Amino acid sequence: MKNRSNIRLVRKNESALMLNFFMGAAGVVLWWMIYRQLPELSKWLTYGLLQIGKGSHLGESIEFFLYDTPKVMMLLFLVVFGVGVIRSFFTPEKTRAFLSGKSEFAGNIFAALLGIITPFCSCSAVPLFIGFVTAGVPLGVTFSFLIAAPMVNEIAVGLLYGLLGWKVAALYMGTGLFIAIAAGWVIGRLKLENHIEDWVTQANMAAAEMEEEKLTWNDRFIYGWDAVKEIIGRVWIYVILGIAVGAGIHGFVPEGMMASIMGKGTWWSVPLSVVIGVPMYSNAAGIIPVVEALLGKGASLGSVLAFMMSVIALSLPEMVILRKVLKPRLIAVFVCVVACGILFVGYLFNMVLYDGSDILFSNITTLYNKLLGLLSSF
Amino acid sequence: MEIKVLGPGCAKCVKAEKLVKEVLEETGLDASVEKVTDMMQIASYGVFGTPSVIVDGEVKCTGKVPKKEDVIAWITK
Repeated sequence: MKNRSNIRLVRKNESALMLNFFMGAAGVVLWWMIYRQLPELSKWLTYGLLQIGKGSHLGESIEFFLYDTPKVMMLLFLVVFGVGVIRSFFTPEKTRAFLSGKSEFAGNIFAALLGIITPFCSCSAVPLFIGFVTAGVPLGVTFSFLIAAPMVNEIAVGLLYGLLGWKVAALYMGTGLFIAIAAGWVIGRLKLENHIEDWVTQANMAAAEMEEEKLTWNDRFIYGWDAVKEIIGRVWIYVILGIAVGAGIHGFVPEGMMASIMGKGTWWSVPLSVVIGVPMYSNAAGIIPVVEALLGKGASLGSVLAFMMSVIALSLPEMVILRKVLKPRLIAVFVCVVACGILFVGYLFNMVLYDGSDILFSNITTLYNKLLGLLSSF
Repeated sequence: MEIKVLGPGCAKCVKAEKLVKEVLEETGLDASVEKVTDMMQIASYGVFGTPSVIVDGEVKCTGKVPKKEDVIAWITK
């Protein structure tokens, strides 16, 4: 009897999965059709319906706003759902178990990669930190994880890809990973283990015993859907604010003005971007429309990336949380090492992209095309 | 029964605590609910994420707001 009802349950789940799958596919097609109409729609709304003069400052701003808001929201929706489904495969417990036997350098790399996809909210940073350290994960490796998690924000990667193209998205992700790996490695070399608060090392805790959940694909889709509700519910206001600021910059800041403040030639533009960025507590979703508008006005990629990374990765609330487990000197080292990494990235991009931005990009493109050719030949 | 909700006080942790209390009220069961905000204490339970729910010393979920059905199942068992 029990067996039969089990079979019925499995069948029911299967048909629910099929239904979800088809609805999802139809949804994606609809999404794509609306997404492609957005430029026309925003033009029509601004100049047709609202009757605002074409080419005026206000018109430019409103068009940017009406175009970017649905665009960013639609992208967010897709990216957050996808990331949510991927994240259902990872847990902090699995990550810790994986990292605890790794040697230092390889450990830094794995930790940074896992930092991107392991789901945890920022107020879990402390229990997570304790969990890692007490399990024998080296301090530097733990830091690679903790730096990569906010620095390489997977939602930021998705949005950058949608708004600025894959090159910028790849640069952001690559350099973010580099900073997390290098900073963690440096912190590991500095042997700062005695600058962790004493109670942490005495905690000596074992991971809580829990049955591991078995998730079906249906569960994973629900997980993705929950992520959409949770994250978009939380960040939408930042997104709208960010787009409004971006729209203001787009419409009213004169062309080329940003080139003098955040340009490639001015040496102080990168550190200034970092100094402005740290106290600003926004999240990735809100800052990217601003980035998009700044780039459009002649700001250089290096300065803008530095700005964005310092906003996302070095936030004051995070420091306050970490103070519970780290002594002030270790926090200071953490901030310095990460800030140095961000400065390095900023200068690197301003230098490499100084007059031949397309040289680097065309090299990457060639490499990419070669890789694709190689893959397709299999 | 003794229920503990671990969390430093972010939005999700508040939600988890509210949910547990709601379920208790609806089912009419008698249990003590304690919110643990102290990091040292949270760490002593061996959880890596908050909010976490602990029922009679047993860790039931970590790092997320549990589903209502799950909470009902934990406390009516």
